[in-house]
Parts: sequence; C-alpha cells; structure tokens
Amino acid sequence: MPEIIDSHKIATRALTKEATFRAEKLEPRRVRTEEMLLNMGPQHPSTHGVLRLEVVLDGELVVDVRPHIGYLHRCFEKHTESMTYPQVMPYVDRTDYLASMSSGHGFALAVERMMGIEVPEKVEYIRVLFLELQRIASHLVAIGAYGLDIGAFTPFLYCFELRERIIEMFERTCGARFLYNYMWVGGLSHDLHPTVPELCREFLKESRKAHKEIVDLLTFNKIFVERTGNVGILPADVAIAGGASGPVLRGSGVKWDLRRDDPYSIYDRFDFDIPVGTGLVGAVGDAWDRNWVRVCEWEESMNIIEQVLDTYPYEDTTNVQAAIPKRIKPPAGEIYSRTETPRGEQGYYVVSRDGINPWRVKQRSPAFCNLSLLPHISRGCLVGDLIAIIGSLDFVLGEVDR
Amino acid sequence: MFDGLLEFFKSIFGDIAAANILALAVYSVVPLIFILVYGLIAILGEMKISAWIQDRLGPMRTGPKGLFQPFADILKLLQKEDTTPTTADRTLYNAAPYIMFVGAYAAFAALPFSAAYIGARINTGIFFVLSIASLVPVSIMMAGWGSNSKYSLMGAMRSVSQLISYEIPAGLALISVVMVAGSMDMQTITHLQSGGIQNWFIFGGPKSLDGFGGTSNLVLMPFLVISFLIYLVASLAETNRVPFDLPEAESELVAGFHTEYSAMKFALFFLAEYANMFAVGAIASVLFLGGWQSPFGDFLGGPVFGFFWFVLKGLFFVFLQICIRWTLPRLRVDQLMYVCWKVLIPFSLFAVLGVGLCVVMLNR
Repeated sequence: MPEIIDSHKIATRALTKEATFRAEKLEPRRVRTEEMLLNMGPQHPSTHGVLRLEVVLDGELVVDVRPHIGYLHRCFEKHTESMTYPQVMPYVDRTDYLASMSSGHGFALAVERMMGIEVPEKVEYIRVLFLELQRIASHLVAIGAYGLDIGAFTPFLYCFELRERIIEMFERTCGARFLYNYMWVGGLSHDLHPTVPELCREFLKESRKAHKEIVDLLTFNKIFVERTGNVGILPADVAIAGGASGPVLRGSGVKWDLRRDDPYSIYDRFDFDIPVGTGLVGAVGDAWDRNWVRVCEWEESMNIIEQVLDTYPYEDTTNVQAAIPKRIKPPAGEIYSRTETPRGEQGYYVVSRDGINPWRVKQRSPAFCNLSLLPHISRGCLVGDLIAIIGSLDFVLGEVDR
Repeated sequence: MFDGLLEFFKSIFGDIAAANILALAVYSVVPLIFILVYGLIAILGEMKISAWIQDRLGPMRTGPKGLFQPFADILKLLQKEDTTPTTADRTLYNAAPYIMFVGAYAAFAALPFSAAYIGARINTGIFFVLSIASLVPVSIMMAGWGSNSKYSLMGAMRSVSQLISYEIPAGLALISVVMVAGSMDMQTITHLQSGGIQNWFIFGGPKSLDGFGGTSNLVLMPFLVISFLIYLVASLAETNRVPFDLPEAESELVAGFHTEYSAMKFALFFLAEYANMFAVGAIASVLFLGGWQSPFGDFLGGPVFGFFWFVLKGLFFVFLQICIRWTLPRLRVDQLMYVCWKVLIPFSLFAVLGVGLCVVMLNR
C-alpha cells in the first residue's frame, strides 16, 4: 500500500520534529524534585466515562500514564452465549452507546453473512442512510466534547443541538432515541418514517452551515490550534502496530477505511473521499489531525447521505422484514465480519454450533485498541496535553470494557 | 458623603463618639452592599449571557424569566453541609476563603464610585488596589495547600505563578496612565478626565495637560491604547477567567484550588471572583475610560449620575469577560507564561517607554 509507506516517511520526520520539541521542554533540571502519583478518574470530568488513569507527574509534566479499564465491564460476550441471536441485538447497542446503529449493524451483518441472507435493496439504502447519520451524530459528540476538554464550552452545545435533529429522525422511525435495536438480522425493526427524507434534507442544510461554523469557531481557533497541534503525535507505524483504526489511524496519514477497503452493504455505489491527517497545523498524527479527520468525515457523511437521498427507491414498497428468516439458526461454522464504525474497525467473531444461541461471540473493539496507544503518545507531555490527547482518541468506555 | 452621614447621626445621637463610629460603619459597609447586590446581578448575568450565546434559555422557572435564580442558588449554598477534609490543614483551609474575600473587598475601598463617594481617598490609590489584590494568590495558595488534595495543590501552584506573572504587565500598563496624569490618586485621575469622552486617557488624556493645544494627544494615544489592551488581557488572567482559567480548569483539575470547598466557603470564593471581575473593570474604567465621568461632558453628570456611569462602565467589562469566557478555549500552562513574559511585558515596556518620552519631550 503506497499510502502507508509515504505516511511513514512523514511520520519519521514528525518524530524528529517532536524530539526537538520535547528536548526544548525537558531541559535539565537543577533542583531535585519528587514525582507525584495522580489518580485521574473513574470520576473525572474529562475521562469520557469511567476510565481511570494512573498518572505519574513531575510538576506539570507527565512522566507515565497507566490506563485502568473495566469499570463498565458487563460480560457482554459471555451473555450472548445464553441468548438467541435476536436477543443479542439490544446488548450490542449498549457496547458503543454513542453509535448504537453502527454496532447493531456490525452484528447483524455477521449473522447475515453466516446464514447467507440477501437483504432487500431498500433495506440496504435505509441502513446506509442511518449508519451515516449515526456517524455524524457520533462525530458531533466527539468534536463538541473535544472542545469542552480544551476549555471551549459553547461549541459543545451547538453540536448537541444538531445531533438532536438526527436523534429525532431515529426516534420517528424506530421510537428510540439512544439504544435503537433497529438493525435486525435480515432486515430492520421498522420501515423508514415517511417524514425522514424531508427532515434529512433540512438537516443537511443546517448541518453544512454548522460545519462551517464549527470549523471557524473551534477547529481553526488560534488557541485550539496551539493546544492540539504537535500534541500527542502518533506515527503511522506505531498506529498500525497498535491496531489503531478509524479516525485515529487516518489522523496519522494512513488511508484505511473499511467502507472502501473491505466494502460491505452498498457503500461501493457511493462516491466519497477518505480524509486523512496531513499535519496542517503541526506534525502528521497530532491531536489536531485526529480531530480534523472527524470534522472532514462529517462532511463526507453528508455527501453520502445526499447521494442516498437522491437514489433512494421511494416507490419501493418492499416490507423491510421480508428477508428475516423465521428461525435464526446459522449453520455450524465461524465468521469474522468487520465494519467501519465512527470509532474504527469494529469486528465480530461469531462461532455457531448449529444452535439458536451463538456458541461464542468476540467483539473486536476499535476504541480498546485506540486507547491502548495512550501511554505511548502521552509521555513527556503536560497535564493539559494529556487531556487533549484523551479527547482526540474519542473512545467510548462501553465499547472498551464491553 | 461621610460628612453628611456624620451630620445625620449627630443630629440623632448628639455629638458623641458613637455617632462617629456609626457613620464610619455605614460608610464602609456601602461597598459590601454593592458587592452583594452586584454579585446577584453578575451570577444571573453569567447564566443568562451564556444561555444567550449558546442558544439556550437559561434558568426560567424561578420567578419571572428566572430572575430569582441567584437567590435560590445562594439559599442552596447556605443549606449545604460545610465539609472539611479530615486530612486538611484546618487553619489554612478555613482561613483561605475569608482572606480571599477580604482582598477583593479591600480593593473596593479605594474605588471612586462617584464624585461624592470613595471609601478611602488614598494618594497612592492605584498602588493600594494592586497590592491589596496580591492577597488573592496568598489565599489561593492557602486553599490549595490546606485542602491536602492533589488537584487543589496543582490548581493553586498554577494560580500563584499566573497571578504573580500577570501582575507585572497589569502594573506596567497602569503606570502609563499614572505618568500622564502625574498622580496615583484615583479620584484625581477621574477629575482630570472631565469634559467628555475626548478627555479620557485612552484618547490621550485631557487637553488641559497639553502644552501644545491637544496635538500631543495624538502621539500619546497609540501608547495608551496599547496599555489599555494589555491591561484588559492581564486583568482576565488576574481574575482567573477564560482563556486564563487554568487554576480551576474544569476538564483538567476538576475545580482547581476550590475542589474540596463546599457551602458558604465555596460561595465566598465565588463571590470574591465576581468582585474581582468588577474591580479590574472598574480600575480600567477609572484609568482609561473616565471613571464616573459622563461621556457627554456635563450632560448627565453629577454625583448620582456619576455612580451610574461608574457602575455601567464596570459592568461593561464584566459583560466582556463573560462573553470571552463562553467563546474561547483555554491556554496551556507554558503558553500562558509565554503570553505574559514574551508578549505582554515587552509590549507594556514599549508603551511605558513611549509614554515616558512623550511626557518628558512634550513637556506635559
């Protein structure tokens, strides 16, 4: 893959840049000081849930970070073994709770592939529409909360106001605002609500306006750029070695998106770009780049939604539950199926022993892998930078702990 | 105003010491009442302005349009349990909020509220206000150290280094005006700026000081504008407001130096912060924007309108600080120091030099 090799060169340059940057900060100290152990979380305003960080500090300087996870562990994988496949769906929603649609779709897709179910075209259209809306909703939370971490409160509320419009569309369609249980094996729980295409077009108009506003107000704000540029630089090789995916990986300059590289559903019909970090305000792979990738993906998702709305089979009256089998019982075997959720590559490894319950389910969590990179990129930064790095990784603890 | 009060009490009690003491007590309690009333307005203002910026309504349930929300908040704070961490240094922990508030309150003593009212007319008024404000870092350090909490300690250390650093550009910016005015008495400085907006120090000061019939004002003005802007930025840091709110950086240090405080002790910190916001705004308005002078010369002048103009100008700066708070992100520790030592101080020294040369060479 030529992109990776190119970005590796850029990343190496970034590393030397970073080394000099750090050397300036870490000049030899004459006064002997003691290190302080600070326990950040699980209750802390910016650990995004219940992450606990054991931070070793030398003054304001972060010497070491040790993340501790498991505060939201709910035995999701073990639970699935005693439930039928449709019963698993609500549990899947609760792993990545900021992108329930995406998680649900991932599992439904895995089971569909095992059973060889062909999903009607209309269902695929609705799925792509909702997956992209969900991606925008999730990125809006990420971008807004990132501003909050940096100290700007207002963009957070702007983002949430816009997200509310997306949630309204979901609510009209399936009745739930947060945990939808919408994507079923072989179909959907409800047909698209007739008002949604209209609402969606209105939303796109406002969303484009808001996108410009957020870019002006937050992303290119001088203080924001100073706070996040050249902070927490993640070189492409480290990102790949650590199993990073999604905006974290793309922020490091690696053009890797499963919607293009391992296509599923009907993504191959739509024309969209895959934004990558280019080191616009600092080195490639810094916190600003990761956030920038999310901001760009927000726009790309809007483009996809526009195409979906233009080509949607409005006359099609197929029942969205037509392809749902009477008895969901995949043949014996195993499958690994992966999708691109807002946080990256979310995979499901499902083993069936020809029963109505899965014999084993393993979820590959993108946020878990992304979070595991935190200690590698936050040594030697300041406390304020640590918060900026945590925010830029955009993990959901529900998915990390499962 | 003090003489009037004294006459009033003497007419009731006769010419005894009690009348004197009573008059003094009433006279000195005026700023306190002002701070309390202003505190209510500022709390409501902060809530409503932030709501306005963020497309929200803000508090709407308590009273008409939520006007009584500050009272409800204060009642809530009064009812809360006053906790002290078991491992805290009790003396420091308990004393800190009071010292903080004393620092803020004492600064109000030297502010000229109107031609008729100034708590204490000191001939080095500006000097007094700047030095009494230095009680704030002391109390913050006491709070941070006394709480025996790591977040508090880090917040306190950030705060003290920040306040001490930013006192320098703030002081240098004020020196420019003091050089032009030739006085440190805030009442004298205000009197000098009488006769309308063109005589304010931000526009080069009064014509009467100018030996060249107003032409040297044009030379002075840029330096004084620079000083004014520097003071504006430095005063944001002095009051721990965004983008310099590192001592209480919510996303990093939970609540900084007052993490462990609750109930009225927390309320005192809160009130002192708001009082400081007004105090720095008032200092800026006295030195640069004519204090209690009306912008239209004698029109709407006089002691009563003077109070109105003074409060209006002070509240304008408070409004500005609130707007900035809800718009900008926060700086990092090293960037904070960079802004102070490498940007503000050189520029303020430049302004001081420019003003000094003007004053000497133009023979003002």
